[in-house]
Amino acid sequence: MSDTLSKIEKRTAYILLLPAVFLVFSIILFPIFANVWISFKEVGLKDIRIPEPRAKKIVKSVKESPDKIKIIYKLRNSSLILDIRDVMFQDKIPKNTEPLNLDQRCKLKSLIINCNFGDWKAKYKENFQIILVNKSGTKIDKKEIKSIKPKLSGKSDNILLNTNFTLKNFKKVFFQNEFFDLLSTTFYYTFFGTVGSIVFGILAAQLVNQKFFGRTFMRSILLFPYVGPVVALAYTWELLLDPYSGTLNNLLLNFQVIQEPLNLLGQKYLTINFFGFDLKLRLALTTVIIFEIWRYFPLAFLFILARLQAVPKELYEAADVDGAGPLQKFISITLPQIIAVISILFMIRFIWNFNKFEDIFLLTGGASGTRTLPINVYEQGFTISDIGMGSAVSIVIVLLLLIFMFIYFRLLGRRADEN
Amino acid sequence: MKIKSLILYCLISSIFLFSLVSIWKVLSTLQGIDLENFNFAIILTLGIGISLINLIVGDKFHKAIKSIIFAILFTFVDGYLVQLMPIWYNIGIFGILIFYSFKIDKYNQKNLDLDHSSQTVVFEFLTLFGIVLFSFVILFPFYMMIVTSFKTQAALLINPLDFSINFAQDIKELFKSYFVIFDTYKFGRYILISTFVSVGTVIVTLIFAIPAAYAVARLNFFGKNFLSTSILIIYMFPAIVLVIPLYTVFSQLGLRNNVGGLLIVYTATTLPVAIYMLQGYFKSIPKELEEAAIMDKLNWFGIIIKIILPLSIPAISSVALYVFMIAWNEFLFSLMFLDNPNSFTLSRAIQYLSGDAETPRQYLMAGSVVVTIPVLFIFVYFEKYLVSGLTAGSVKG
Repeated sequence: MSDTLSKIEKRTAYILLLPAVFLVFSIILFPIFANVWISFKEVGLKDIRIPEPRAKKIVKSVKESPDKIKIIYKLRNSSLILDIRDVMFQDKIPKNTEPLNLDQRCKLKSLIINCNFGDWKAKYKENFQIILVNKSGTKIDKKEIKSIKPKLSGKSDNILLNTNFTLKNFKKVFFQNEFFDLLSTTFYYTFFGTVGSIVFGILAAQLVNQKFFGRTFMRSILLFPYVGPVVALAYTWELLLDPYSGTLNNLLLNFQVIQEPLNLLGQKYLTINFFGFDLKLRLALTTVIIFEIWRYFPLAFLFILARLQAVPKELYEAADVDGAGPLQKFISITLPQIIAVISILFMIRFIWNFNKFEDIFLLTGGASGTRTLPINVYEQGFTISDIGMGSAVSIVIVLLLLIFMFIYFRLLGRRADEN
Repeated sequence: MKIKSLILYCLISSIFLFSLVSIWKVLSTLQGIDLENFNFAIILTLGIGISLINLIVGDKFHKAIKSIIFAILFTFVDGYLVQLMPIWYNIGIFGILIFYSFKIDKYNQKNLDLDHSSQTVVFEFLTLFGIVLFSFVILFPFYMMIVTSFKTQAALLINPLDFSINFAQDIKELFKSYFVIFDTYKFGRYILISTFVSVGTVIVTLIFAIPAAYAVARLNFFGKNFLSTSILIIYMFPAIVLVIPLYTVFSQLGLRNNVGGLLIVYTATTLPVAIYMLQGYFKSIPKELEEAAIMDKLNWFGIIIKIILPLSIPAISSVALYVFMIAWNEFLFSLMFLDNPNSFTLSRAIQYLSGDAETPRQYLMAGSVVVTIPVLFIFVYFEKYLVSGLTAGSVKG
């Protein structure tokens, strides 16, 4: 009895899970595996369109014989690269009409013209013509003929489905793509963005954890950058930082902080003279990192604040009795309490920052030294139109990500063991 | 009195004063006032002077009298420095000084003598400084977004620092950018599409997620642990690695430029987190209720509809709000899948607008305001329910 019940339970569970699992599998897991497949192929953006046989129907009257009408089909292969095999054609003609001298490739059967055009090479074009005669000798309605659309079908190779594989893409990724520059930019961006957002998160959480007028209001405001749409925020920053009409540069110029406008998003290096040494700062990258920190410190803030509010008050009271100062209290009470949250945050933010695409794309488009791996996926796939290369870069990202996640779950597991 | 505490107190409090005054000056400049100097040295000296006098005078005077005297003194010196400013500017400076004097009033020769007094001073002023600075840095871009949308191209070109809005003008002139984006750029249509996609995503996600979450929370089946971990792992995977295969497959299936295609993708990407949040909540519902229902011969479907759903309205609505916000803000997939202006979402439409270098910035900002306001409104209005979900990691970004 209980055996059947557990069987029913299992079956119900699978039925309930099936739709969700199916959807997630086809939209998330399938593409990840498909990336592997595509990355070993030489595929351009233009190759992924399946070639189609097409026909444009033009209807013309024939001079001096109103009972006849000429139909011209402009036939073509939509692809410039691939052939189409066994092209079949089908069109209807109105009642009481019949075609004159029908092409040999075609047959008429109860008002339907069926044609077998055979194979079409790439770029194939042909003007195919039919003359219709009205059996009753009256005028043929042009509009009626025009309203009927011909149907075409054919077989073609799908470049994605054949089994020609190559290692070219990976060779290009590692040797012709300034790979190490790409990798170092990505790590630079990820690391400083993560550390920055955590540091500011701690500061903000410390602030809001104290009592002051307008505290709840302050908490909502601090989360605005995180919940706002990235498109709106990125464009606002772009206008703010514009070298000529931007508010920031104009303010700095107005108050004589700088003499020349700074192109914060368009300049790769800024040379700073520091005690006789020329220091090169990656300006655009730094700006993008600052945007990143501005936008994502709220998450760190929220996590840390939640943890801070759970710290028992007695600990601080005891420290007061012992005569500890604010700095000492922070180092020996607060920090040990939040260190676990910080390490989890570091991993989450690191992984998410590593994959950040929108922010950099909208701010700089990957120019002036801000090209990270995710930006490169887009560039390879859609700017250079090399789908295979884009997939190969995606694979590199997935592999690095798996390594990070392995470390993250090990860390999480160890935390769980400790508690 | 410790010398170290004294020096720190004077320096930090006057730097705090300087930053308050500077922010006020920046804001005033943005109202079209011609200010060109922060007068760092003079204001710092004044600040140090005021904080020293505050220590010397102590509580011989009432603090209100003290504050007013300081404020008048400072306002006059500052007024002399910057010359002929409108009255509201001076009132602002006066207000800042009153606030500042109230803050430094609690320091006297005695409490600067205590243990850790230098640290306490630093911490207290850093807190104040932090609150002011954080609010300013966070709110400024939003302020700029709104104000720019009410300006005209000509006014912005003449003086890019003049953010003052002329409310006296005709309402049609004031809201001109908004009229233009709705008339010329069809933003009404984009709002409808965005709303349709976001609401659709919410509904479909919930229909898929609720049964799955129930199964994960309550039923025993083979591979349950594996499934729970995979939900988390899948959630960590970024959209950018899905883009190329999805683009290829969607192109071949003719699902690009199709709002339905976008809806499928949004649903799939929000499903893991929806399941994760819901199953956590379902586990907290007492099991006895369902056992009673099984006695009444209700099937699983009945249990979900009649028992689980009514009890988890709060959790379901917070998941719904999240999914809505994620779908509304989403950009990458709408960039990849939509190239036909007839099926743009709001985010994609704004990006398209900015692609044309001729588009005046005030239209861009008006569009940004339109896309930002609904999310911020939802967030502020439902904040209580949303904050706990945020810490559960529900918004990936």
